[in-house]
Amino acid sequence: MPRKRTTGTHASGARSQSPLPKGLKKADLVDYYTRMVQARSLDERIWALNRQGKVPIAASSQGHEAAQLGSLLAAEKDGDCFLFPYYRDLALKVAAGLTPVQTMMSFMGKAGDPYSSGRQFPLQGADLPNKVIQISNVVAAGLTQSVGYALGARMAGEKTVVFTYFGDGATSQGEVHEAMNFAAIHKLPVIFICENNRYAISTPQHSQMVVEEISSRAASYGFPGFTVDGMDMIQCYEATREAITHARSQGPVLLEMMVERFMSHTTDDDDRRYRPEGEVERAREKDPVITLARTLIEEGILTQKQVDAIAAKALKETDDATDLAEASSPPHESELHDSVYGP
Amino acid sequence: MTVKSVIEAVREAIAEEMERDAKVFVIGEDVGIRGGVFLATQGLAERFGSDRIIDAPLAEASIMGIALGAAFRGMRPIPEVQFSDFVWPSINQLIGEAARTCYGTNGAVQVPMVIRMPYGGGIRGGLFHSQNVETHFFHTPGLKVVAPSTPYDAKGLLKSAIRDNNPVVFLEHKKTYRLVRGEVPDEEYTLPIGKADVKRIGSNITLVSYGLTLHYCLEAAEVMAAEGVDIEVVDLRTLTPLDTETILDSVKKTGKLAIVHEDNITGGVGAEIAALVAERAFEYLDGPIARICGPDVPTMPFAQTLEDAYMPTGDKIADGLRKLAAY
Repeated sequence: MPRKRTTGTHASGARSQSPLPKGLKKADLVDYYTRMVQARSLDERIWALNRQGKVPIAASSQGHEAAQLGSLLAAEKDGDCFLFPYYRDLALKVAAGLTPVQTMMSFMGKAGDPYSSGRQFPLQGADLPNKVIQISNVVAAGLTQSVGYALGARMAGEKTVVFTYFGDGATSQGEVHEAMNFAAIHKLPVIFICENNRYAISTPQHSQMVVEEISSRAASYGFPGFTVDGMDMIQCYEATREAITHARSQGPVLLEMMVERFMSHTTDDDDRRYRPEGEVERAREKDPVITLARTLIEEGILTQKQVDAIAAKALKETDDATDLAEASSPPHESELHDSVYGP
Repeated sequence: MTVKSVIEAVREAIAEEMERDAKVFVIGEDVGIRGGVFLATQGLAERFGSDRIIDAPLAEASIMGIALGAAFRGMRPIPEVQFSDFVWPSINQLIGEAARTCYGTNGAVQVPMVIRMPYGGGIRGGLFHSQNVETHFFHTPGLKVVAPSTPYDAKGLLKSAIRDNNPVVFLEHKKTYRLVRGEVPDEEYTLPIGKADVKRIGSNITLVSYGLTLHYCLEAAEVMAAEGVDIEVVDLRTLTPLDTETILDSVKKTGKLAIVHEDNITGGVGAEIAALVAERAFEYLDGPIARICGPDVPTMPFAQTLEDAYMPTGDKIADGLRKLAAY
């Protein structure tokens, strides 16, 4: 395993994704492309619904999808992984098995929200059938918890690999150090996935840290760290697949996935106040939804017509999910006091 | 029955529950070969191995967060906070995360975790080894808070806490560890969380306390008995859930209420109990509710004179009771 991979394996402009690696079927790529398109479609609709006053708050994963789905694909191929996402992981959570209507119910605060039944911000809480826990949006709070989950799984005699996701902003929290250090001491199978979009809301990376690559910090804990192109789903898949093997045999790995944030921090933010003009437009040239489609067409896996059909189907699913969620019931006020304590 | 100290009772409870359930484990600073700075886990690393008595780096946030994550996986962790004063670095994981987990997942994820912490003063611990931290947890829905005063209560309640499916803050007053001894059954037993215990039956004044000051209350009650005032001493044992019925029943009987705790008076447990009685037993009161509590200074100071001045001791409690009796 090399110490790190470098970014920018493709020239900007006419970008494609990495070629199909061994062990990955064409059907896997079509499947994950379809999930990515569905997640993007929901994400875009959610912002529109926010502007209509139907969704109080949203954090978009647009631009992060290749990192989220590439790592998820490796997790799914492995079959024994558990996810601790963070608040910008909409595509990850949708692709992990949340249905479009469940997604919409969560964003609208409806009773059918599987994460928290409308108690929390959208997609926050737990989706145990899909092996996902995200208790809060205090950045980095999930890291020590994910390390503890891995410890608990090991005590139970299991081989579960735990994925814990966070942004570049979260790496400034002291608990990141504590989590990585403990995981290293106990050689726990945890993959730390930093989705680095170079902004902590408005604060650019150079105001957050001196190092160029967050992955370089792994060395101080005695485990490997890699920086990969987070706009390339296949590269993210391959890096994660190798990381799973390493995690299970030798302990933690830090994967820094370089991504782009296409939207403002949340629906309440306006990134025009702090991002240079043209930056987002240039970033969108690397849009994984577009580049993955291009790769699939170039490799002869899909035709343009099939790509169009996938988009149309996703849009229809989003339309239907929006209607169903809007018509569904909110939690009843009598539920306010439920589940403060467990049985 | 065998006479034991509080620390022995705590150690026995942990060992018995670890024997009973392989999911129970301890994580904390110096809990392994050292056996904990107060020796609560003495001998347990040898008995259960370093995989279940885990010496953690000196980093409380991760001790709490890692314990919480293991609880998500169905383990029953017992994180030890070496001194309650050191809980603050972990407070997001405890108050921010653990307390909100069940509610924030609508019951899907539960937190069977017992956070043990030696607390309180009177041992020349100064500002950072004497803190009374209970009010912060008492104020937080989603946590249970237990504060026993005797070896019998400590063992029975700790065993129940370990079997509970919620995060339980288990407060052990460090001055009681070796000072307070009492009979503990040789056979298996547990005590219910949420039940107060009337430690002394009386008819003139209800005196409510918990932890170390409960013993000072019992001393004061004897002083008052010699003066012809019959005090009923209620040991809360559990702060959350609060046993409101035992408190109200006692006040309805005596007509007078005094509350004693070492923690700061303002916004403390006593304030809540005073409000409870004012709301639900107002017409039974024959006098003002008295609070004999720690003053509003940051913590018990180090100097003997100042520590003594802070502590609600038997003399101060008796003075308060005399005024209330004369009302």
